[in-house]
Amino acid sequence: MSIKSKLHEIKESFKGKKMAPAFNAFHTFLFTPNDITSSGTHVKVADDLKRTMNTVIMSLVPCLIFGIFNAGYQHNLAIDDANGISTQVSLFGNFLTFDNLMIGSMKVLPLVIVSYVVGLTVEFIFAVIKGHEVEEGYLVTGMLVPLIVPVDLPLWMLAVSVVFGVVIGKEVFGGTGMNILNPALTIRAFLFFAYPTWMSGDKVWVYDAVNRAGTPEAISGETILGMHAQNLTVDMYSLQDMFFGFIPGSIGETSKLLIIFGALFLIFSKIGSWRIILSTLIGALVMGLIFNGVIEAGIITDSSKFYGLMSVPFWEHLLIGSILFGAVFMATDPVTAAQTNKGKWIYGFLIGFISIMIRVFNPAYPEGVFLAILLMNVFAPTIDHFVIQSNVKMRLNRLKIKAA
Amino acid sequence: MSMDIIVKKGLDLKLVGKPSNEIEQAKFSQDFAVYPADFHGVFPKLVVKENDSVKAGDILFFDKNSEKVKFVSPVSGKIKEIVRGERRRVLEIKIHADKEITYKKIKKLKSENSSDIIDYLSENGLWTYIKQRPYDVIADPESSPKEIFISGFDSSPLSADYDFITKDQKENIIEAIKHLSKLTKGSVNISLRKESNSFLRELNDVIIHNVSGPHPAGNLSTIINKVSPINKGDTVWTLNLPDLAIIGNTILNGKFSPDRIVALVGSSISKPKYYKTLAGSNISTFLNLNEKNSRIISGNVFTGTMINLNGHLRHYSNEITAIPEGNDYDLFGWAKPMFEKFSVSRALTFSWLFPNKKYDLNTNTNGEHRAFVVTGSFEEVFPLDIYPMQILKACMYKDLDEMEALGMYEVSPEDFALTEFICVSKQPHQSIIREGLDLMKKEIG
Repeated sequence: MSIKSKLHEIKESFKGKKMAPAFNAFHTFLFTPNDITSSGTHVKVADDLKRTMNTVIMSLVPCLIFGIFNAGYQHNLAIDDANGISTQVSLFGNFLTFDNLMIGSMKVLPLVIVSYVVGLTVEFIFAVIKGHEVEEGYLVTGMLVPLIVPVDLPLWMLAVSVVFGVVIGKEVFGGTGMNILNPALTIRAFLFFAYPTWMSGDKVWVYDAVNRAGTPEAISGETILGMHAQNLTVDMYSLQDMFFGFIPGSIGETSKLLIIFGALFLIFSKIGSWRIILSTLIGALVMGLIFNGVIEAGIITDSSKFYGLMSVPFWEHLLIGSILFGAVFMATDPVTAAQTNKGKWIYGFLIGFISIMIRVFNPAYPEGVFLAILLMNVFAPTIDHFVIQSNVKMRLNRLKIKAA
Repeated sequence: MSMDIIVKKGLDLKLVGKPSNEIEQAKFSQDFAVYPADFHGVFPKLVVKENDSVKAGDILFFDKNSEKVKFVSPVSGKIKEIVRGERRRVLEIKIHADKEITYKKIKKLKSENSSDIIDYLSENGLWTYIKQRPYDVIADPESSPKEIFISGFDSSPLSADYDFITKDQKENIIEAIKHLSKLTKGSVNISLRKESNSFLRELNDVIIHNVSGPHPAGNLSTIINKVSPINKGDTVWTLNLPDLAIIGNTILNGKFSPDRIVALVGSSISKPKYYKTLAGSNISTFLNLNEKNSRIISGNVFTGTMINLNGHLRHYSNEITAIPEGNDYDLFGWAKPMFEKFSVSRALTFSWLFPNKKYDLNTNTNGEHRAFVVTGSFEEVFPLDIYPMQILKACMYKDLDEMEALGMYEVSPEDFALTEFICVSKQPHQSIIREGLDLMKKEIG
């Protein structure tokens, strides 16, 4: 008897039972079900939600792999740095090495595993309690979460915040498709406000830096944004380093090149909204330009604590921090973004605009992308409402003309 | 008079099993059936009982909510069985046909007054062919339509070519249009493909709309939305061209005979071509399947009704479609590259590479039912100036004000067939819209 018919029998035996969604989640992972259309259209397109989510995950995999190597690289770089050795990055010389892979895997893979196991467990529990199928939303969230946290984050913190994010951010609203806030960013916001010392500073971005703090072997690695915020000159990293991603930062968001590849894949496959991605970047550039103008006009001088970030050339804002990652993978979440095409333009623009504004003015933490996206998540239905109102008004006007 | 309409948004799904241009006379069916479910919203009150003898054109039942509208027998014979379902709802009226059809003699039209024409049409079962917007149900004979729209072509996948099946019906159709035009103060509009050289172009007192573009170019909502959008309080009547032939034939010859030239299509059909038969006939009189495990559909793959091997041609259908059932599992069907199935995305699906390929699709849902997640894709195939996802959601949470504001008066379920087809979350769009329309009709009227 083949696996197929064996699983079919088990599925039939689960039918109507409480644990059916749990079994079906594994079964449908292996086999697309034998469901047939009953009413409505008799044929359907090949895509389902699993395929859609899988496409997003595929576009994230390069960022994850790069992040693993970069975690090891930054660790070794910081040690060299502490010993007074200055090193130049070389892709095959000291980046794609077995050592980096081992250090990175040791740190990053546990984050990925904890994120998935904890998050999916919560999803399964809710699916069984509420008697619906396990929906695929968490497949992407679970991948995003490890990519947007610092490498040295303790696993238990991640577990706690994943539980919070999935339950409060999603399940209480009714699960996948019903949530108001992006679950991955809800998880990050929880981490940020609950454990701020583990989410910022010059220690958390490099593996082992927290452990070694205060010892003779202390190492550190400040992000570029952090340096700008302290009005330090950033000469350690070239533009190339920023673009290719050989810099400290959250695990998956340092390599702009790979994020751009991911974006192109999402846009090509018609899964990601190019409107949101493009308008977010435009919004960020506009805000950057405004700040550059303010500096040029001499309103803010180098005595101000905002000078460092304000004077960053507007286009360089796209290369530092997480704006690009946010625009491509976070802002485009279709559930929490604006849903009308016009609304998407407005929504994206405001995300980019506000991201850079918060980035410059936030006194506690020099990054604002996740806050800006969460804020616009809340306002997305309002944006849609006004876009749709114009359609409604058009219809009312037609009625008035007819009556007149 | 004629006008051009270009439909930009939409999708032409090309399927295997297009009919060849030949017409064969189907064997005469021994058993016929009439399904009240074909007439949405009608509450049947029977006037016949089992073992009664009827002639073709004799009344079988009428609508309890609109007693004027009568439903008649397609054939002469004996009422074999009346199948009832829950709460004694009539599901099916089975008729054993006589060897030779005898027709009820239908009196000539009293006058050319609109009220006499309406009485004539509704008394003789012809009113069923006139539908109305809003709500996409059989028209209310008491209403006065601002305009009448006739669908002169069907753009659904594997649909019958109206030009071809009506080519010998010129007299009947012109007769029907002559009478229909007396029922409205507005104009009679006919949609035709731009390249069609139908005889309808010779008519003077109708407006011809030359439509080009992909499906749903043939849906009347698409035309009405561009030509004369339906506002609150408006009523528009709609008909299909092949049905006009039945109306005209009755008026000219004094007998009711629902003749159909049916396209037998789909990848499960050995020789797809046209068959001449009667509505209500048993389809086994002309069906030739090459695949046992098949879905038989009266109508097209988007809006048709599932029937079984011994089912009957439904009242409004011009096609019988047969495609393979998809009741099998697919190993990693959600992850592997897809070449044989159609898709509008490019997520490891490759139908974008082959725009002219003909697909052999089965009835598998290709995934499970989910909440709405993906946005922006419906708008690509939806030509009306209406927000499709928002109106679907308004129907789901039953907000009448919002449904009205978003344009519910202008839509019919068939307009959401394409969005339903491409829906990643496999939501039943057409039935969501149908339930929304029913609710509005009940609450607002």
